[in-house]
Amino acid sequence: MSPQTSMTPAYYLWLIPLLPFVGFLINGTLGRKLPRAAVTAVALFFTAIPAGIVAWLWSVMTATNAPEAIHAVSRPWIAISGFQVNFDFTVDHLTLIMLGVVTGVGFLIHLYSAGYMAHEEGYWRFFAYLNLFMFFMSVLVLASSFLLLFVGWEGVGLASYLLIGFYFKKDSASDAGKKAFIVNRIGDFGFLLAMFLLVAHFGNLNFTDIFSTITQHPEWHGGFLTAIALLLVVGATGKSAQIPLYIWLPDAMEGPTPVSALIHAATMVTAGIYMVARCHTLFDRSATALIVVAIIGAATAIVAASIGMVQHDIKRVLAYSTVSQLGYMFLACGVGAYAAGIFHLLTHAFFKALLFLAAGSVIHALSGEQDMRNMGGLRKRIPITFWTMTSGVFAIAGIWPFAGFFSKDEILYQTFISDNPIAKLLWLVGLVTAGMTSFYMFRLWFKTFFGEERFEEAAHDAHSHESHDSHAHGVHESPWVMLLPLVILGILSLVGGWGHVAFGNFLDPVFGSGAVAEVATTASHSLELTLAAVSLIVVAIGFFFAWLFYYKKPGTAAALALKVKPIYSLLENKYWVDEIYGAVIVTPLLMFTRLILGGLVDTGLVNGSGALAGATTRGLSTLTRRVQSGNIRSYAGWLALGAAAILVVMIFGRSLWVH
Amino acid sequence: MVPTAYYLVLAAILFSIGVGSFLIKRNIITIFMSIELMLNAVNLTFVAFAHHWHQINGQIFVFFVMVVAAAEAAVGLAIIIAIFRTRQTLNVDQIDLMKL
Repeated sequence: MSPQTSMTPAYYLWLIPLLPFVGFLINGTLGRKLPRAAVTAVALFFTAIPAGIVAWLWSVMTATNAPEAIHAVSRPWIAISGFQVNFDFTVDHLTLIMLGVVTGVGFLIHLYSAGYMAHEEGYWRFFAYLNLFMFFMSVLVLASSFLLLFVGWEGVGLASYLLIGFYFKKDSASDAGKKAFIVNRIGDFGFLLAMFLLVAHFGNLNFTDIFSTITQHPEWHGGFLTAIALLLVVGATGKSAQIPLYIWLPDAMEGPTPVSALIHAATMVTAGIYMVARCHTLFDRSATALIVVAIIGAATAIVAASIGMVQHDIKRVLAYSTVSQLGYMFLACGVGAYAAGIFHLLTHAFFKALLFLAAGSVIHALSGEQDMRNMGGLRKRIPITFWTMTSGVFAIAGIWPFAGFFSKDEILYQTFISDNPIAKLLWLVGLVTAGMTSFYMFRLWFKTFFGEERFEEAAHDAHSHESHDSHAHGVHESPWVMLLPLVILGILSLVGGWGHVAFGNFLDPVFGSGAVAEVATTASHSLELTLAAVSLIVVAIGFFFAWLFYYKKPGTAAALALKVKPIYSLLENKYWVDEIYGAVIVTPLLMFTRLILGGLVDTGLVNGSGALAGATTRGLSTLTRRVQSGNIRSYAGWLALGAAAILVVMIFGRSLWVH
Repeated sequence: MVPTAYYLVLAAILFSIGVGSFLIKRNIITIFMSIELMLNAVNLTFVAFAHHWHQINGQIFVFFVMVVAAAEAAVGLAIIIAIFRTRQTLNVDQIDLMKL
């Protein structure tokens, strides 16, 4: 690279994270005093510019025939003898896609938030946190070392915690924030251990150095690479809400809806997928780790989808759907189809952000109502929301020609043809999940937009979300700042999947052309078409049941639920996973804390030693107090005794010491 | 010539009598006298050692001690008179205002 061409994009690279940070500083410090319009302007400006820079980077990087990663000018960050980490940003094609998602979808959600949060208290605080999130998320994707990635990783966790607990006066919201934070810390522990192992084995944490070292040693397989990969997976399960650490994501729905769309659907939760894809060199060397990733992904996909089928809260359905779709991405990574995983990440970012925002628009229209049992017939009341959400529902259900069809189909196909020993089983799980996805999404669609109107406009205040009190008038379409992002995302959900072959080629420089090339070969083309047909049939079955249960004969679902009561309550109670965690981990931990730490250590040891010291002093003082008698003759006696003692020591002491 | 040790033994006996009567006696004036007795016992040892080592320092210390004792007697007697005026007694066991 000549300095002229490399210096300019590298210089602008710094601006991508820096600008949102400036926005955070301005809104975070002065926001309280600024008018809402100014807060909005600051927040939008400092996210729009990075989005523009990314668009420009995109054009620069796709213009060159031989695409090369762009490195920002690096500065030494941590330098200890024999170990150095630079503060260094890199952009390759994988990063570019992530950056596009983060800044593009991020900007749209900022725009939407301006409308959605317009009547909220702490408007400035919300946008400050949102900008802070953008800062950390861009650090995460731009990082060219594990350590810098970890900075962003922790930072988005912090921003997520702040935003989930945004309505901090509500106990459930602040509890959900804490839950997300704690569960993520468990995952981060694995990530940290992985980094320690990396330092121990490679002596450094830079992506390029580590991966080129691995490439230079083709004989390395399994062993410590498996250990590192599995520990990284632990970190990824926390951030990307996979089994067993997925429990925080549904609870995170306590945060404002734009946050659910941005952080808990489109960007932060995909960091785990991104990290696994980024480390594909490492994972490719460990068959064990790949199988673990694939199984975790498939299991998460189907478990979350099954829970999603019976939830009543519109946002919780979407939350479980997110967990399920992230499972798909994990599955893709687990069978080595990283490009397919990232492709699904991209299309999912479009349609899931859209779904959340549309759900937010529905909630907005109903002044805070989130329970689907109180919705229905909204199709005519809020037509733009309806049509955009329809695009999202069709996309996630995997109906041709919407975006989700291409990415999900790609994953299922790649799973089917992979050389994983249980590939066919994984494919079957993925297929069933696709059917379930179709069912619960159309269930949501029918319950919300079709049938009779179950909400009572007069009784608004009864269910009113406390923060929406200010506009408790009838059902209304959202303002244009909310609809514009919906329309843009709706169009993206429709057309976003069409370039799927080009997309695979686009990622070739990162993943190598191995996995994706097979798609183009004509030999497997008929197989792919067959699989696509099968999955479309399954999706249609899902649609049929949703239509039957929730449109044609609305009572059927309830009747069926009564018939299979144990299964239904198992699903409705989310397999009692939270309760199991509570019984297996939280309760013993609390007991240990109360009895051993609180009772024995705190009360016994700490308080006891304090009390003992006090009692000893008191006892000694009662003894010595007798000396202070106020009686001259006793003083004189003590004095004489002391003098006599000194005399004795002086005369006989020497002979005692010498021997 | 009387050996130095005899003087020292005599001084020790006198000092012990002083200490003993200080501890036993209740009358403040008697206690005062026993303090003087102890001081004089010490003076005797100073003189004895000064003579023994042919040094003048001991003799000089005796003068210091006598001066301090005279001053102390003057102040002490004044205090004794003040105490007697306020409390109508010279029994030290009854003068224990400083007791805790």
